[in-house]
Amino acid sequence: MSSSQAYELPRWMDLGLLPVLNLGMALAVSALVVAFTGQDPAQALSLLLRGAFGSAMGLSYTLYYATTFVFTGLAVAVAYHAGLFNIGGEGQAMLGGIGTSLVALWLGDHYPAWVVLPAMIVAAMLFGMLWAAVPAVLQAWRGSHVVITTIMFNFLASTLLSYLLVEVLKEPGNMTVESRAFGPAALMPGVHEVLATIGIEWPRSPLNLSVLLAIAAAVVVYFWLWRSTSGYAVRTVGFAPGAAQYAGIRPSRQVIVAMCASGALAGLLGINELAGVQGRLLLDYVVGAGFAGIAVSLIGRNHPVGVVLAALLFGALYQGGAELSFEMPGVSRDMVFTLQGLIVLFCGALGQAAAPTLARAWARWSQAKDAKEAERG
Amino acid sequence: MSAPAVVSTVPASAVAMTRICKRFGALRANDEVDLHVARGSIHGIVGENGAGKSTLMSILYGFYQADSGEIEVEGQPARIRNAHDAIALGIGMVHQHFMLVETFTALDNVLLGAEPNWRLGPARQRVRRELEALMRDTGLQLNLDAVVETLPVGERQRLEILKALYRGARILILDEPTAVLTPAETDTLFVTLRQLRERGSTVLLITHKLKEIAALCDRVTVMRAGRVVLDTRTADTTIDGLAEAMVGRRVQLGRREGAAAPADATPLLSAQNLSWRDDQGVMRLNEVSLALRPGEIVGIAGVSGNGQSELLDVLAGLAAPASGSLQLGDQRFEPSRWLTPARARRLRLAHVPEDRHRRGLVLPFGAWESAVLGYHRLVRYARRGFARRGAMHDDTAKMMADYDVRPRAPGLRSAKFSGGNQQKLVLAREALHQPKVLLVGQPTRGVDIGAIEFIHGRLRAMRDAGGAVLVVSSELDEILALSDRVIVMNAGRIAGELPIDACSESALGCLMAGVQPQ
Repeated sequence: MSSSQAYELPRWMDLGLLPVLNLGMALAVSALVVAFTGQDPAQALSLLLRGAFGSAMGLSYTLYYATTFVFTGLAVAVAYHAGLFNIGGEGQAMLGGIGTSLVALWLGDHYPAWVVLPAMIVAAMLFGMLWAAVPAVLQAWRGSHVVITTIMFNFLASTLLSYLLVEVLKEPGNMTVESRAFGPAALMPGVHEVLATIGIEWPRSPLNLSVLLAIAAAVVVYFWLWRSTSGYAVRTVGFAPGAAQYAGIRPSRQVIVAMCASGALAGLLGINELAGVQGRLLLDYVVGAGFAGIAVSLIGRNHPVGVVLAALLFGALYQGGAELSFEMPGVSRDMVFTLQGLIVLFCGALGQAAAPTLARAWARWSQAKDAKEAERG
Repeated sequence: MSAPAVVSTVPASAVAMTRICKRFGALRANDEVDLHVARGSIHGIVGENGAGKSTLMSILYGFYQADSGEIEVEGQPARIRNAHDAIALGIGMVHQHFMLVETFTALDNVLLGAEPNWRLGPARQRVRRELEALMRDTGLQLNLDAVVETLPVGERQRLEILKALYRGARILILDEPTAVLTPAETDTLFVTLRQLRERGSTVLLITHKLKEIAALCDRVTVMRAGRVVLDTRTADTTIDGLAEAMVGRRVQLGRREGAAAPADATPLLSAQNLSWRDDQGVMRLNEVSLALRPGEIVGIAGVSGNGQSELLDVLAGLAAPASGSLQLGDQRFEPSRWLTPARARRLRLAHVPEDRHRRGLVLPFGAWESAVLGYHRLVRYARRGFARRGAMHDDTAKMMADYDVRPRAPGLRSAKFSGGNQQKLVLAREALHQPKVLLVGQPTRGVDIGAIEFIHGRLRAMRDAGGAVLVVSSELDEILALSDRVIVMNAGRIAGELPIDACSESALGCLMAGVQPQ
């Protein structure tokens, strides 16, 4: 009689068919919207796909956006497994960028890249971690809800960044609010530069070696959460705090561990955006990526593999969407946002909506199969 | 229409289900099941977990459709496609887990979904008037303005019954109604149900507590593996007969003599003057002292909520007392540096918690992950911070084989096992590391008879191997069947201690109520 029993799907349906179906529904509704505005949906879709994957340039941009979403998506996923909802990815990413920049401006002109870049990565993680640690400690020791405190810390991060840029780091004589450029040793090599050294020609794009860092982060998160004793403790706290206490695991400690890891991951965004692309600290390099991470994690079912796939989807939407609005003047940038919204709606919020129907169909099918086998036997 | 004598001697049928079949995949949950319930009777349906009794009731209440078979309600053929149809036919259900909005008042809970007026003021007035009449009529008294979350469990259940009656239920289905009740609340419920029977209502009682059947029911249907194996008047059968029909073999649940523990042996655990206050400052444990010697099972009896759970928590290191001390082997603990759960395990004190869903297992974890809970840091399961999944799987397979956990699937999610099998898995985990002292809370709550017999056997085996076992149970039968010595708790104190030979239900009952026996 348990109601959870009724919607049991085989694994391949749950992880394979259902997401594809959801994506299909989102695209179908988007096609209707596009058609409604008098444009050709098939042409729009093909432009979007071609824009995202059709050229080396487009692909590079897609991967560059995806890199950013992997970092913030993983940040949300890690907190989720400790039973926490980290909405502070935005602020933690800003702090990661500040850490990146401080080290870059401090060491970038005097030391070689192999010293400066690792130091920047450590600083990005450390700053993001510290920004997440304060809400974590407040949650663990005083019960202040992280959802509230991390939101507030987003605003604090934003004002801190403005203050630093306006009052401390602003380059004299420059009218825009940004720091001076990083030294050459503080720039993450672009993928086209690396490929050029081994003789492969690749167009110049923002895609940089941070993409490898993102893949490494996903792998580390997987091994940590599912293959290590520490990850076991985190997940136990997330699913069953009572069982954790019973097992001698201190929930408060795991809350702090998970939030620190989460903040560190979000902080890495600073490497991709500042060390990889901008080469200086400026005001709005996060531009909502921290919030997009929530959707990425949700669609990716909070699993590193899912997060990487969802980040690719979002990267493709960003890049393909930009191309689309450029090529088809009838499809505005807002239309692309609508498309993104529909995908979040169908894959994230309504992700399980089709599950009961699928489960019933599956039950009918397997029952019919059983009956047929029974007849034969 | 002039034969009232015939009508009164042949009771009309309330529910007649004929040749009901229901399959879930390959499983035949109901296989040609017949059920006939007389109007104005209390009819028990018993069976182990998975015997098909819940499926049958779900078909009657419209949650599931039968694959084949007929249903008649009060003599009329009925098609019940959903709960709405069932309610229209006068069938009401009281679920094991209550379907109440905790932040609403009792009145609003009855109102919800049956509003007689779109304006809540007049609607409330009318429902209140009708409910008050109903309460006078049935003797089911309740404060209608109390917020549900402040009500004790017994009263919430009364509210569920009132809710069903208000919606016109003449046939009431109760699913394991006593699972959450104290003995006193159970008695009150039984009085209520008998009153309802006097009024002509029909009660269908799903349970696996056979004593309740004997005490309450006019007729009983026993199910096993989707079939009806016995259908008889309660007067014509015995508890042993029902148990045998349920399990399919003879069951021995009574006491079994073991070697008496030497009374002068050094205790493995001894606690002195433990006191503990909750957040509101209420004294939950008051100067409790006890000792556990090797080779004995000590039972803690008492009405739920008299400090037993707190005692378990303090002894297991989950809570530090305000005062008192604990001697565990050669280690001594004071409140300032109290035992921790991790330390307790290292000192070979194991704990089977009362609440296996919230504490004993992590329900979304695979069985193999739940099977190392608390021991996950052992060298056996971890190498340089990494989990040794092979060893975890191997140990889980071994636990499942030793404790007959079904299905034998270490990868299956913990939530998917039945209550009895979950409990066996928890016990197997705690036993695997060969504890000297084992604390067990409610060893067989929500567990069916076959598994109860098995779990009792394992606890006795641990005692016979020289372990000390502390059993906290709200089932007096269980205390009497297992213990060598019984400690009775009342209002946070030890009300008395009796060797098993001096225990009788009446003597223990007096101590539980806080009265010294004569």
